[in-house]
Amino acid sequence: MDTFAIRRNIIGVVIIATALIFLIKLFFIQAVDQSYQLSAENNVVRRITQYPARGLIYDRNGEMLVYNQAAYDIMVTPQHLGSFDTTEFCKLLDIERDYLNKKLNEAKEYSYYKPSVFLKLVSSETYAKLQEQLYQFPGFFVQPRTVRRYRYDGAAHLLGYVGEVSDKMVDTNNYYQAGDYVGISGIEKSYEEQLRGEKGLKVYLVDVHNRIKGSYREGRWDREAEAGKNLTTTIDMDLQRYGEKLMKNKIGSIVAIEPETGEILALVSSPTYDPGLLVGRPRSKNFKKLDTDTLKPLFNRALMARYPPGSTFKVVNALIGKQENVLYNSTTYECHGGFRSGSFFMGCHNHPSPQDLIGSIKVSCNTYYANVFKRILQDSEFNNVSSAFTNWKQYLESFGFGTRMKIDLVNEAPGFLPSVDYYNKYYGANRWSYLTVISLAIGQGELGITPLQMANMTSIIANRGYYYTPHVIRNIEGEEQIPSRFRQKHETMIDSSVFRPVIEGMDLAVNGEPGTGSTARTAAIKDITVCGKTGTAENPHGKDHSIFIAFAPKEDPKIALSVYIENGGFGATWAAPTAKLMIEKYLQREISVKWWEDYVLNANLLNPKEDDEEKD
Amino acid sequence: MKRRINVWSNIDWFTVFLYLLLVIIGWLNIYSAVYTEENQSIFDFSQRYGKQMIWIIAAFFIAFFVILIDSNFYSFFSYFLHFIVLFLLIAVTLIGEEVHGTRAWFEIGGVRFQPAEFAKITTSLALARYLSSFNVELNRFKSFLTVAMIILAPAALILIQGDSGSALIFLAFVLVLYRQGLSLGVLLLGVYVLALFILALILEKLTIIFGSIGIAFILLWILTGRFKYVLISGLVLGIAGGIFYGADYYFQWNVPVYFIILGALVVSSIFYLMISYWYKIPRFFLVLLFVFGSIGVTYSVDHVFNNFLQTHQQRRISQLLGLESDPLGAGYNVNQSKIAIGSGGLKGKGFLNGTQTKFDFVPEQSTDFIFCTIGEEWGFIGSFVMIALFVTLLLRLIVLAERQKSVFSRIYGYGVISVIFFHFLVNIGMTIGLVPVIGIPLPFISYGGSSLWAFTILLFIFLRLDVSRLKELS
Repeated sequence: MDTFAIRRNIIGVVIIATALIFLIKLFFIQAVDQSYQLSAENNVVRRITQYPARGLIYDRNGEMLVYNQAAYDIMVTPQHLGSFDTTEFCKLLDIERDYLNKKLNEAKEYSYYKPSVFLKLVSSETYAKLQEQLYQFPGFFVQPRTVRRYRYDGAAHLLGYVGEVSDKMVDTNNYYQAGDYVGISGIEKSYEEQLRGEKGLKVYLVDVHNRIKGSYREGRWDREAEAGKNLTTTIDMDLQRYGEKLMKNKIGSIVAIEPETGEILALVSSPTYDPGLLVGRPRSKNFKKLDTDTLKPLFNRALMARYPPGSTFKVVNALIGKQENVLYNSTTYECHGGFRSGSFFMGCHNHPSPQDLIGSIKVSCNTYYANVFKRILQDSEFNNVSSAFTNWKQYLESFGFGTRMKIDLVNEAPGFLPSVDYYNKYYGANRWSYLTVISLAIGQGELGITPLQMANMTSIIANRGYYYTPHVIRNIEGEEQIPSRFRQKHETMIDSSVFRPVIEGMDLAVNGEPGTGSTARTAAIKDITVCGKTGTAENPHGKDHSIFIAFAPKEDPKIALSVYIENGGFGATWAAPTAKLMIEKYLQREISVKWWEDYVLNANLLNPKEDDEEKD
Repeated sequence: MKRRINVWSNIDWFTVFLYLLLVIIGWLNIYSAVYTEENQSIFDFSQRYGKQMIWIIAAFFIAFFVILIDSNFYSFFSYFLHFIVLFLLIAVTLIGEEVHGTRAWFEIGGVRFQPAEFAKITTSLALARYLSSFNVELNRFKSFLTVAMIILAPAALILIQGDSGSALIFLAFVLVLYRQGLSLGVLLLGVYVLALFILALILEKLTIIFGSIGIAFILLWILTGRFKYVLISGLVLGIAGGIFYGADYYFQWNVPVYFIILGALVVSSIFYLMISYWYKIPRFFLVLLFVFGSIGVTYSVDHVFNNFLQTHQQRRISQLLGLESDPLGAGYNVNQSKIAIGSGGLKGKGFLNGTQTKFDFVPEQSTDFIFCTIGEEWGFIGSFVMIALFVTLLLRLIVLAERQKSVFSRIYGYGVISVIFFHFLVNIGMTIGLVPVIGIPLPFISYGGSSLWAFTILLFIFLRLDVSRLKELS
């Protein structure tokens, strides 16, 4: 037997070799390969984001407009999936088997170890039912969320909506993870940072059945969520909804501003939609429907539509003319049907002639303003049209035309003001004169003004010469003042004294004696001095657009507004009565003449018949 | 004249020390594996660690008595004890409790008792007794058969119980046979067959046939010492292959390459056999046997795999070989085991701080997968110490076995070494993914009364025998 004694060495070697192989493998698993550490973590650590309540939104009178409601996302982590009763599960959540399989595959593809959303925003009832049974379904857990609820069906464009953050934003902004909610339009977007608060975090340890066993490291990494800040807007919800009601079955916009402060009282774009449609699970379906609607309810006309201002623009030319000393209160022009210059003719409607400055506004005489414009461009201190035009344009810019007003809502159009270069390119340098662009005198031609800018213009007149940038924010919780740019007074290039005759004219336009040519008698309110100006914009594609600007009361005005109704015909026909109703609603709360209300409410201007073109 | 031997001063205290160390480490790790915040006291007898403490204390008493019993008792009653255990193994199949799908336990007064554990002891004893008797030449067929019976009888009975893991450990006794002179060739053949079995599952049949032919050539060269035989054989095979391939190509039979080679081989073999006979080179015949044997084994592997292995066994093997990957199913245990061990890092997470262990991610973590707790909480350092302890124990036992004068004692010693080594190899290997999942405990460490007592007895019988070596002097 001893001849085999040598084999003891071999046996010893085998034992040691085995041990070495084990040690090498162990070294790799334990010391070198870091992935096990990660897997171990994923087994036991559960990071649950604490989503704070989003800030509430109120109107200027303290009415709550937007609030939050609890909803629940069902999350799944493929790594922890076990076998479960799929039929029961589908029944509890009211989903199809196909959906279950599809979503599970998606989750596995996204990441085996990280959780992803399985079913979004289930109701509290479903959540309650599921929560009791959740232990039977390893791998699934619930993430509480909040969704927005709108108290009123109104101010959809202004309030905006909330949706899932885009991939791009997730990449560029550290705060957001995929699946987070973020404001996408309106106030929800402009004040996203204030409204969203600060996410919190709770890190838990879980066991193999996904039951929470305790806090990770005694909550060292836990963070409390900070609730979002509540916002008070400048909107008067009553007025806003009233405006939307009035604009039903019409396309256009109403913008109402408090002239003293620039606060927006109402921002109506028609057609509009119920903000509640863009909340929760039905959101994408509803969004698609709205997006493909030919009337474009999602398009915020108040801020984005560029319209020619029509005759309302005459007041601006009047102010510029006076400021430039080419126009005086007593300046009169004859008007016998229109303005003639050589072979050129611009028609005017029938009205008493001649008119002075105040009268020209009251009756809205085209001829008068063709002359004023001519004088601004030709008889100015500048000896060429280009410089005079540029000067004229500067006045307009000081009114806020041609650029974004930088209101605190996104998606605002700058409008369009033609420049010397523009006409030079089109006609050739020095190849055009006042006559070429005379339509600018009466607010036609190459002018694009947004309803917001028009309302702002009205504000300027109401204030006799200055404006504050229109804004929708009245108060941010915890902050003393609104952003400084809204507290800055912007002076126009027109002296305060210049406004008096123009305002007189606007007063007479509304309140003048019947039969004297006042164009805006339909805007008159008993006991309130409304000052306004009608406009009728030419529309080569159909019926003219009905325009009206107004402010009231004449002294110490409280509201300035612009009304623009597409295909509405004369300014006096629809825009003026609408403005009247809005003013009365805001100042008196009650409408004195119900007939007017019914008249506007019942009008359907969506399919206008072709009409004779007539200018105001 | 017999000297009175003082047992207590001559017992190998180093081994006893290692034993105590392992047992206590085991106890602490069971505590950690089962520990929850609700049950904190280590002396809680309703929990496993409390129970293990009782088993440990009982084991000390058992060890004490084992030492006191005269060593002649063990050699004298070897066969008898083996028969008793065989009897118990049969009995438990008939009247035992069913646990985990196997019928392997007796329940007596609330205490569970597993005869299979003790079969390891009696097999070592019986084997030692037989191999130490005269006229036993291991490489002779009759002796080999008897030895096979001693080992396979309990193994087969345990297999019938359904506990294939415990049956498998009887393979360990091969080591004992090797030490006693079992021809290396036989051992290598066994290893080769096992390797073939594994390779047959992984590799293509074509690769295997090429491999076998390659090895066969090498074998031929080694066995005959003449390279020219290899050359001639290769030439013959090549020509035959060429003819077959050409025929196939020409006649467009489209026979798979595998069969072309097989055909060429068969035809060549006729030629080889003729050479073998005429030139009296028996080695050729052996080599041919080797090649066809390999092919035969390859074919039967599929057959055995699909028809003789149970599904879960098939899947465990597939898992190990990387043939299928299903971390949520069959591979879950090993996956979690590796995660637990791997996440221990270099220094471990600290006692009672193993998150995977604490939150029950590793199944069977106080029994078969106890090593995970060690790996997770004590890191690589802990793993190293653990393995070092076992290696030290085994090497020490080799030293003890070799210093025996009595052949019986030495063979028994190797029995102890083989059994412990095999458990060590399979248990730890399984936890780190080198060995398929076979449920056997880690000696002295895993929870379990039967297991602990059986290993204690196994070890301490040898320590007693070791003391008696001094007796031989007189």
